[in-house]
Amino acid sequence: MATTIEIPVTLSKDEILRYSRHLIMPEVGMEGQQKLKAARVLCIGTGGLGSPLALYLAAAGVGTLGLVDFDVVDYTNLQRQIIHSTADVGRKKLDSAADKLKGINPFLNLRTFDTRLSSANALELFRDFDIIADGTDNFPTRYLVNDACVLTGKPNVYGSIFRFEGQASVFATKDGPCYRCLYPEPPPPGLVPSCAEGGVLGILPGLVGVMQATEVIKLILGIGDPLIGRLLLIDALGMKFRELKLRKNPDCPVCGTHPTVTKLIDYNEFCGIRGEEKPVSSGVPEIQVEELKRRLDAKDDVFVLDVREPHEYQICNIGGYLIPLNDLPKRVNELDSSREIVVHCKMGGRSAKAVAFLQQSGFTKVHNLAGGITAWSDRVDPKVPKY
Amino acid sequence: MSKIHIPTPLRQYVGKQSSVEVGGATVGEAMNALVAQHPDLRKHLYTEDGKLRAFVNLYVNDEDIRYMQKEATALKEGDNISIVPSIAGGAA
Repeated sequence: MATTIEIPVTLSKDEILRYSRHLIMPEVGMEGQQKLKAARVLCIGTGGLGSPLALYLAAAGVGTLGLVDFDVVDYTNLQRQIIHSTADVGRKKLDSAADKLKGINPFLNLRTFDTRLSSANALELFRDFDIIADGTDNFPTRYLVNDACVLTGKPNVYGSIFRFEGQASVFATKDGPCYRCLYPEPPPPGLVPSCAEGGVLGILPGLVGVMQATEVIKLILGIGDPLIGRLLLIDALGMKFRELKLRKNPDCPVCGTHPTVTKLIDYNEFCGIRGEEKPVSSGVPEIQVEELKRRLDAKDDVFVLDVREPHEYQICNIGGYLIPLNDLPKRVNELDSSREIVVHCKMGGRSAKAVAFLQQSGFTKVHNLAGGITAWSDRVDPKVPKY
Repeated sequence: MSKIHIPTPLRQYVGKQSSVEVGGATVGEAMNALVAQHPDLRKHLYTEDGKLRAFVNLYVNDEDIRYMQKEATALKEGDNISIVPSIAGGAA
């Protein structure tokens, strides 16, 4: 594991000055700093978690840092992905991150992989690194990173966030549990909202990403008590930290005594996702935003129902009648089933559920607004803000 | 009474509370009391045939009930039960 890293490297005079505050600590010292320089860490993702992770690892003097990302910087990323600047919107995240990291530490050997991590490339990518830091945002990639770490024998420094809550651990060390020991199976799609749907407090990936960076550095230096066999739960709202015991599951399908997963599998299929996830494809009757606009302008009798949350209505609305999706069953009597109803939400997912529910409740003249208020903003009225 | 800690994604089904106090001599009884009080929670924790979902773990204090007596694990006054579902967010 990480503590067995050979130390063939020496530090230049400039590096010695740069790492002065490490070198004067006996727990790091020259030997520790050389271990850091010899270490090779692969960060999966340069988003919310990957930003602070990569910044601190580069600053600390980790010699070789790999970054895997295929995404471009988006305006909504800037609230938390602090490695990217406003001027980077539209650039590849790898290019943006590389500029910042080389700016912080020109001694860094940066290796960028402009690709989506997949079952076809993960084992080969992981081979040249000592530690993998998982900063991804979806279940298929989480299971892929875990299994590839177990199969290649590399520790998986894990962090995950949702709204105000985070989890951190170190998985897949030689004797420690892996992510599948904790969660043998992913949730079915749709039951757990993503950050894009549920939101995330901007500081939270900072908190959790820095914890991941701390664990990476401890593994490299071989000091302290790493989060092996422990799941740290972070509640930013209560500012409470709790710790749960994790056990290596002897029946674990990938790291147990009789593993059934001995090579990488199709993780989209494993997570119940077939092909790309589409915002709307539930088979309920739809109406396009242009058609709704035309019918409203023509003063047709169309009742617009908005099933988003009140705080979303405050951001923007198109004058629809607000009943949040979860309240619809108990407030359905507020609706007139003889009228034509068009239901919308942000993207069309929740409103599709609402349409299906209303159909079951006997409504016949009900349509889902395809693409939601976002499509309305894109194609009908750009003054309506997107969020 | 035991305190059941509710994770953020599920708080919307328990009136936005972060924890709920329930009675019950075992984890199973306490969880039954919880979903009886908050029926919307049931489908998020249990499959249609009543089994705890594979991406939801239950802990009594800091121990995973899978390594204790599962839902028959006995509770003492003041025990803390944690519901810990998997979350995946990070980059997007």
